Amino acid sequence: MTAILNEATAPASAPALAAVRARRPLGVLVAGTLLALVVIAAACAPLLAPYAPDTIDLSSSLVGTGRDHLLGTDSSGQDLLSRALYGARSSLVAPLALLAVAGVLGVSLGVLAAWRGGWVDVLVSRLTDVMYAFPGLLFTVLIIAVFGAGMTTSVLALGLAFTPTVAKYTRSLALSEARKPYVDAYRVQGMGGLRICATHVVPNLARAILGYLVVLFGEALMSLATLSYLGFGAQPPSSDWGLMVQEGQAAIVQGAMLPALVPGTAIALVVVCFNVVGVWAADRLGRQ
Amino acid sequence: MALRLALRVGRRITGVLATLLAASFVIFAAVYAAPGDPAVFLAGGRDKLTPERLAQVRAEYHLDEPLFVQYGRWLWDCVHLDLGRSFKYSDQVADLVAARFPTTLQLVLYATVLFVVLGVGAGILAAVKRSTWVDSAVVGVTTLAASVPSFVAAIALVSFFGVRLGWFPVTGSGTGFLDTVRHLTLPALSLALGALALVSRVTRQAMVDAAASDHVEAARASGVPERDIVRRHVLRNALGPIVTMCGLVMAGMLAGTVVVETAFGLSGIGSLLVGAINTHDFPVAQAVLLLMVTGYIVVTTLVDAVHPLLDPRVEGAAR
Repeated sequence: MTAILNEATAPASAPALAAVRARRPLGVLVAGTLLALVVIAAACAPLLAPYAPDTIDLSSSLVGTGRDHLLGTDSSGQDLLSRALYGARSSLVAPLALLAVAGVLGVSLGVLAAWRGGWVDVLVSRLTDVMYAFPGLLFTVLIIAVFGAGMTTSVLALGLAFTPTVAKYTRSLALSEARKPYVDAYRVQGMGGLRICATHVVPNLARAILGYLVVLFGEALMSLATLSYLGFGAQPPSSDWGLMVQEGQAAIVQGAMLPALVPGTAIALVVVCFNVVGVWAADRLGRQ
Repeated sequence: MALRLALRVGRRITGVLATLLAASFVIFAAVYAAPGDPAVFLAGGRDKLTPERLAQVRAEYHLDEPLFVQYGRWLWDCVHLDLGRSFKYSDQVADLVAARFPTTLQLVLYATVLFVVLGVGAGILAAVKRSTWVDSAVVGVTTLAASVPSFVAAIALVSFFGVRLGWFPVTGSGTGFLDTVRHLTLPALSLALGALALVSRVTRQAMVDAAASDHVEAARASGVPERDIVRRHVLRNALGPIVTMCGLVMAGMLAGTVVVETAFGLSGIGSLLVGAINTHDFPVAQAVLLLMVTGYIVVTTLVDAVHPLLDPRVEGAAR
């Protein structure tokens, strides 16, 4: 799961793309519907949730599924369905913020490297190499070690960790885009490099880059959930899914699986659905 | 020939050293730039802290020197396996790491065995039964496995095989060979599951590419049994990318142990890192990060170096 940050994984996704493409209609439809339901549920959490996410009721600790609690309760008697519904909000919005950070930084660096070339290009690729030397989440973990745990730190740190991948991809696209005749035409008219990049090169690449970011969403969600699980991301009393798994884990040995399995299943379900839909969407965005 | 080889090895080693130097500097400088004064922490808190005591601590830990001097001193000590003292345990960091490293190594090796056997096996199966339901099943199941974060896989495995069925212990790393294997089965499986998709895909693709070459067609035409064709002609030629990918995945697993060791309460260097970060034990965090990054770089470099031995065509292409 940590491997997507390594360049070595890039060529391997081709057969997977083909495989998903082959069974596109039904799989994408099911996954898309499920995702839409999750997003609606997250948006309408206050209306749908039977309890407040932080209502502690020690008299109904670790209750199984039943009429009062559809998915049971955790060890402090908090309703798991309500917590999972509210948790969907931070679990879905935080990866978006992360990708926004990685997108802005990565596209800027990638276009800069492709446009200026020379030592700027070398510098960017050397920086990228150094970050690739940290496997998996270790770069993020280093930043968290220094600046302390928390959701903001995690989002920013992961955004930085995802930047080289986006930069590398953008650079490869921008290199061929910058060689197109229209760029020279604008330059001859006296338009500055920054303006050409901002108003023409980047918009022309936007679809492909967006498609690439969509594919990264599942990885972003998994990484953030992992950080929250380790105690580095969301902090109590948040009901972020990763944190819920961590808090529910102790109850497993007592035979109560639901507190950990409900949020765990939610994470797995959303990531699977997003990977199916994301690859399809990236394919469509990239083709046109 | 020999000169060229020596040149290439020399260039490779220089590159690795440069990367290591840069990565170690990032690890050191990050902690150096951390908010808060380490001297205050080292002196045992802000209360009853005199300026003289602070200056004494600064001098004792060389905190009053410029960044590059401190970095040089730290690196020099690290190379001599003196990783400093833990803030929390007041033990030598090197001892702490050495005591916990075997568990992590066992876990990574066990997980490697699992993902090589299962992943390469599934990939070969998918390639041999190409474009059948077996092929799609392998792709589907492994892709699904890759979409489940390792800590969720860990929870699910513990719930089912650990608690419900009681087949495996839920925590601890065991003593003796068989007991260790029993204790580490679920952790190693959680670590390996996510890698199956990547490994089986690369195996499948390499096999399919190798099967398309003329010599396979020639062997088939001269009546070599299909079994031998797959083993001696296809798999042998596909080995380069497969071994490379397995090595890269294994190297990346060093980082994956951070999550899995925490989930299973194993005391390896991964859980040591998590504990060190939560208690702001910077020397331990720096040492474990440096060890993991070094291990990763060394293993990936070795894998790169082995590739031409398995597949001499690569060496020809490199020139």
